[in-house]
Amino acid sequence: MNRLSVKLPNLDLDNPIIPASGTFGFGYEFSEYYDINILGSFSFKGTTLEKRFGNKTPRIAETYAGMLNSIGLQNPGVHDVLNVELVKLKEVFSKKVIANIGGSTFEDYIEAVTIISQSDIVGAIELNISCPNVNAGGMVFGTNKDIAFKLTKAVKRHTHLPVYVKLSPNVTNIVEIAKEVERAGADAISMINTLVGMRIDLKTGKPILANNYGGLSGPAIKSVALKMVHQVYQAVNIPIIGMGGIMNANDVLEMMYAGATAVQIGTANLIDPLACKNIIEELPSVLDKYGIKNIREIIGRAHL
Amino acid sequence: MNNKYLIISNDLIAKDTYKLIFKGDIQKNILPGQFINIKIEDGYKFLLRRPISICDHNGNYITIIYKILGEGTEVLSKMKAGEIIDILLPLGNGFTIMTEPNKQLLIGGGVGIPPLYLLASKMIEQRIDFKVILGFNTFEDIFLVEEFKALGVEVFVSTMDNSFGIKGNVMDVIKQLNIDYDYYYSCGPAKMLNNLVKTKILGQLSFEERMGCGFGACMGCTCKTKTSSKRICKEGPVLESSEVLVDE
Repeated sequence: MNRLSVKLPNLDLDNPIIPASGTFGFGYEFSEYYDINILGSFSFKGTTLEKRFGNKTPRIAETYAGMLNSIGLQNPGVHDVLNVELVKLKEVFSKKVIANIGGSTFEDYIEAVTIISQSDIVGAIELNISCPNVNAGGMVFGTNKDIAFKLTKAVKRHTHLPVYVKLSPNVTNIVEIAKEVERAGADAISMINTLVGMRIDLKTGKPILANNYGGLSGPAIKSVALKMVHQVYQAVNIPIIGMGGIMNANDVLEMMYAGATAVQIGTANLIDPLACKNIIEELPSVLDKYGIKNIREIIGRAHL
Repeated sequence: MNNKYLIISNDLIAKDTYKLIFKGDIQKNILPGQFINIKIEDGYKFLLRRPISICDHNGNYITIIYKILGEGTEVLSKMKAGEIIDILLPLGNGFTIMTEPNKQLLIGGGVGIPPLYLLASKMIEQRIDFKVILGFNTFEDIFLVEEFKALGVEVFVSTMDNSFGIKGNVMDVIKQLNIDYDYYYSCGPAKMLNNLVKTKILGQLSFEERMGCGFGACMGCTCKTKTSSKRICKEGPVLESSEVLVDE
């Protein structure tokens, strides 16, 4: 058996590497750089029921070892994703994808999930209740455990696909929310979305981002993500997809030690379009270095 | 895909402004107006690449001109000949050279001027007649003027503080000298580009925006146009004036 393969609900992955939503578009554009079929899977750009332009620019700012984004869920809407984007993707990708779905109301989420569940290329729903860059919905749903519970439960009733819930780190107690979405029927947890931050331009005295605040990602947040995955692993029985600042194969191991079954790679894709390919190729030698026979044996090792 | 390039030179040519020439296995066709995305140092301190327009291209050599605008470009300015840099190239959609209009203008402002140099070279190769207007803040900022002149084209220079050439900005030059034109190519400050679009004369404009990736993945640099949303890094940086929304 492939020493890199792992299992998530309804997804058998050749390796635990999954490009994170918002850093990989709808995948096909990356196929000009490499054959994206080498990926475990990928989570497509956060999609909402209606088409969205997103926030005003500047939407990007840099911090040491990190970046802030305030894209604001720019996407062509779920109908175009189903009928245009996923059709293009199918020409170059033969595996199942994870459908990252956002929304402003319960009804929006449910309708978008219902529509995207018709796609035969979607293997799981990733419920985005943690986008920090939208006014309505998004993180508001993911920072209140009662709303997170109700939304997860409602969405579960409208799809035959497993539902992974993507959690926000911008909360007092992420474990409490993880437990609630598990109780509501979530099949897995993706964590963490970005941490909210800002930068100010010294010349103008104004925030760099037009939206003032944005989501911090990159190596700067890795230790926070590890700690949260470590905590949640102890509290839930569903698998965790860990993310936050993973840049290389060593970081993958560290995140899996903390308790992740698979990982998502986000910011690294924006610096090097070949980041995921390089990590997948690097993994066997890093496993060898630490005397690991297959990657499944390290999930949660930090808890032994 | 090998993104490693060798620095040939990296010299100060005007106030805070550097000209960097690098060499590598450049197989791809390079269009004027396209840009490169440079990783500043190894490691993660400066996480994002710096997008910089291509000023000149000759076989395996590319020239860029950049200004120190922050800590990243400051570090870049200290790199020396012989050092290796990690670059993605070429990115974006460049200028499309038009053959029909016969009174064409190249209009550049400050650090937006470099991509117009490669454009000018290509237009000369195609024997297209055009004039060049270059605007700077002050005498100390001036660069590339001699290189444009060496191409054998007519060049008008302005400075905001009247320390060299015509006083004012590029629009003042057009007004003052009553320059007649029926098409233009431009790159420079957002305000200058906006003023050009307002003239309703047709042209192509190269825009700048803070980018995450530079190759279309993150949607960080999307702008609205009359017809649709465009990623400055992918569908841009060059847009047609007829599709650009005017900021009143």
